[in-house]
Amino acid sequence: MKAMNKIVVGLVFGLILGALDGATAWFYPEVRSMMTGIMVGSSFKGMLVGLLSGWYARKVQSTGKGIVVGSVLGLLFAFLVAAMQNAHYLEIMLPGFVVGAIIGFLTQRMGTPAAEARRQN
Amino acid sequence: MELSDAVVAHLREVADRPDLTGTRYDLEREIGRGGMGVVYAACDRELDRRVALKVMDAALCGEPRLMARLEHPAIVPVYETGMLPDGRVFYAMKLVSGVRLDAFLESDASLAERLRVIQRVGEALAFAHSRGVLHRDLKPQNVMTGTFGEVYVMDWGVEAVAGTPAFRAPEGACDTRSDIYSLGALLQVAVDRLKPVPQLRAIAAKAMTPNPAARYPDATSLLAEIERFQNGFAVEAYPESPWETGLRYARRSAVLLWLLAAFVTVKFFLFFLRSR
Repeated sequence: MKAMNKIVVGLVFGLILGALDGATAWFYPEVRSMMTGIMVGSSFKGMLVGLLSGWYARKVQSTGKGIVVGSVLGLLFAFLVAAMQNAHYLEIMLPGFVVGAIIGFLTQRMGTPAAEARRQN
Repeated sequence: MELSDAVVAHLREVADRPDLTGTRYDLEREIGRGGMGVVYAACDRELDRRVALKVMDAALCGEPRLMARLEHPAIVPVYETGMLPDGRVFYAMKLVSGVRLDAFLESDASLAERLRVIQRVGEALAFAHSRGVLHRDLKPQNVMTGTFGEVYVMDWGVEAVAGTPAFRAPEGACDTRSDIYSLGALLQVAVDRLKPVPQLRAIAAKAMTPNPAARYPDATSLLAEIERFQNGFAVEAYPESPWETGLRYARRSAVLLWLLAAFVTVKFFLFFLRSR
């Protein structure tokens, strides 16, 4: 994981955590019929947050700032998803915020910083 | 005529002072005395700067050449070497302002600050070993910590010096492993006054093993162990219990665990909010 590019780390963890976040919709019987769409959408949202957080982590090495940026991105994308449905704002934005923070943290802690990646190439 | 003790002491001090005639230095005062010579604070008239001037007891001495070979941020740079009219060798070096490591360790310096000093000393030692130079007498009195965080290892050993008992390896012979023993003793002294840290004590104990072959092979390995400890990884010298391993992982991943806990809490909160 250390040798992995930070953007790839962001994409991988964004996918996993996004899918996990989407999968919890299974606990709500009224949306079980839309599980596939929710999981794909949530995974895609997680990957977008991961991509941008990973890019930021290559530029700035600070765990605190990484968490803040990740959570803001998570909140922003979750808001866009909720706005598209114009419903479930709290249910989508609150977990999106925390998932963004986790992705921001992981991209800071894992993967190769840009300078090191350049040296290896 | 009888002279008072104070007068006799003053005369003795003046008589002991090296004759710097023909050099570019003005003597100020004695600042230290070691097994191989006396160190004075002096003023370099030509460059108008203060220097430390070490006057060796022996007529011929390889110490300045030894130190001049070691250009490293944690090793005091030698400016010049020369000979006094009485045949003794002297050398001028950077005058380090700060406190000796023994005084520093008596202060309330934190564990991180203490380890930083030990790491700087270890780096200097590793560098010297890579150049084929041994210290032979590493002890707190031979390490200076500057006011701006700089660390200098001084008094690089020569054949005549056999080391200081508490920091000297039991085998007597001088090689890189005997320097490792001294570095371990230094680490032990550095962490002794603080709350016991078993991992660091184990690292020091391994460095001070009576059997040289069982010690760390080089200073870099010892430093790597300290770094592993600082980064929250397991150290080879300390076999930890499963409970300690779990605690260490939890400490290392505290932020991640808090974030995951927040995620689970949020999910539970939303679930119960909906089910009400």
